[in-house]
Amino acid sequence: MPWFAGLLLLTGGPILASLFLSFTDFDLLTTPSWVGLDNYARVMDDPHFGNAVRVTMIYVVASVPLSGGFALLVAVLLNRPMRGVGVYRAAYYLPSLLGGSVAVAILWRQIFGPDGLVNDLLSAFGIVGPSWISTPEYAIYTLVALHIWQFGSPMLIFLAGLKQIPAELYDAAAVDGAGKVRAFFQITLPMLSPIIFFNLVLQTVNAFKAFTPAFILSGGTGGPADSTLFYTLYLYQEGFGNFRMGYASALAWILLLMTAAFTALAFRSSRYWVHYAD
Amino acid sequence: MPTRSRWAVHVLIVVGALVMLYPLFWMISSSFKPNDEIFADPGLVPQTVVTDNYTDGWNALGVPFTGFFANSFIVATAAVVGNVLSCSMAAYAFARLSFRFKGVWFGVMLGSIMLPIHVLIVPQYTLFKALGWVDTFLPLIVPKFLAVDGFFIFLMVQFIRSLPRELDDAARIDGCGPIQVYWRIILPLSSPALITTAIFTFIWTWDDFFSQLVYLSDVSTYTVPLALRAFLDSSSGSTWGPMLAMAVLSLVPILGFFLIFQRRITEGISTTGLKG
Repeated sequence: MPWFAGLLLLTGGPILASLFLSFTDFDLLTTPSWVGLDNYARVMDDPHFGNAVRVTMIYVVASVPLSGGFALLVAVLLNRPMRGVGVYRAAYYLPSLLGGSVAVAILWRQIFGPDGLVNDLLSAFGIVGPSWISTPEYAIYTLVALHIWQFGSPMLIFLAGLKQIPAELYDAAAVDGAGKVRAFFQITLPMLSPIIFFNLVLQTVNAFKAFTPAFILSGGTGGPADSTLFYTLYLYQEGFGNFRMGYASALAWILLLMTAAFTALAFRSSRYWVHYAD
Repeated sequence: MPTRSRWAVHVLIVVGALVMLYPLFWMISSSFKPNDEIFADPGLVPQTVVTDNYTDGWNALGVPFTGFFANSFIVATAAVVGNVLSCSMAAYAFARLSFRFKGVWFGVMLGSIMLPIHVLIVPQYTLFKALGWVDTFLPLIVPKFLAVDGFFIFLMVQFIRSLPRELDDAARIDGCGPIQVYWRIILPLSSPALITTAIFTFIWTWDDFFSQLVYLSDVSTYTVPLALRAFLDSSSGSTWGPMLAMAVLSLVPILGFFLIFQRRITEGISTTGLKG
């Protein structure tokens, strides 16, 4: 059966191979030589590694809650009978569909460049903006902005969740004299908590894996001053720029362990705040 | 009061939608502006409409973009065919057939959805290099025929489970084997799930950058994203007009899909949690 071949050959095999390679010194040309835990030990002293983890964390922590918040807010606003609601839904979703492409990353580079759209708009107020993408303090936040701009797909998932909440609950709350805000916190949020959980895990894992925007905005360098050196970008540089395949495999395994640890943590915490209706 | 607040919300939603779409509209409009106007005018209506950006951009890399678009179409179309066939076959097995360690395999398949591609890329690259496949489309296409996209398998397992089993049984009584049941019963009935798979496979393959960057380094094999990246590197930001024009063109197939299949795409996301 072909799918087993696929799963074994292209997923199972490489996972084990990558684990093996992570204990070796391998440059693609010579055979891998066993170095034990050297790669993992080197990680500890590698300033780029520490920096890549820090940059990725900032990106995840800043962009996931904000895009999730926007997604929920707009979903609640759109979840009502309204003329043209389909058009608005599509409009808010479209950036999600296009946002991961090289084309949009190029657009972003123009928008936040020294003579870009943002500074053009700011100059109307007499403000001379910096070159956002080439200033280390701001560069990462242009990427965060790009992620937040793509809140459309969690929004669609929230919308589907909101439609599942029985209207009777809101009627009963209104009879009991609860206002809109109270109903939101007492009904909408608890009823939606499984969806919030789902979006949180999905968005976080995706944010850990982000690559294209950082690559394009920094021209593949992770600059300025390593301020946009995403973890995946560093892995790419080490593996396919410097051909340190063993070290890149070790980095990949650390990434895998980090996402697994996060997912496990999220599942563990979900017991305390996720409510399942049945 | 309620009607007034309803109007306020409506206005807020419209304004928000325009803010969201503004960068895209601006990109399209700028691709028709002369270079100096791009930097000077944040407005959406070009003062002078020029199409030079498109003609300049198309040939800017020495090789026309025709080849890059053809390459992207080949890769994306082959990926669609591969994913539709292999994922539906695997899903049929998971949903209907019984085999050893089915539960374990199902768990492995689900786990592979969460797996970052970066864990696999080094060994896969080594393998494909040993096969002499680097700088061809094979590393991007062949895996799709081996059902490695766990996500779509899962999507189709869910769908096939919702089909009535009586149809399989009836076909079996009429003498169909598992493969014929798959081909004559399951495949035709699964068309909604197959179409969703096809649409998203096309869009994601078209947009994919990481694996194309890893496997394709020869200009003649460049796909559109790689060509855009090369364009960006070679121009050092001085030719924004032609670059934005090519960026707009690269989005046209996706926009086309979105306009045609809008309903199916938004429903696909909201019912299955496809990332998108």
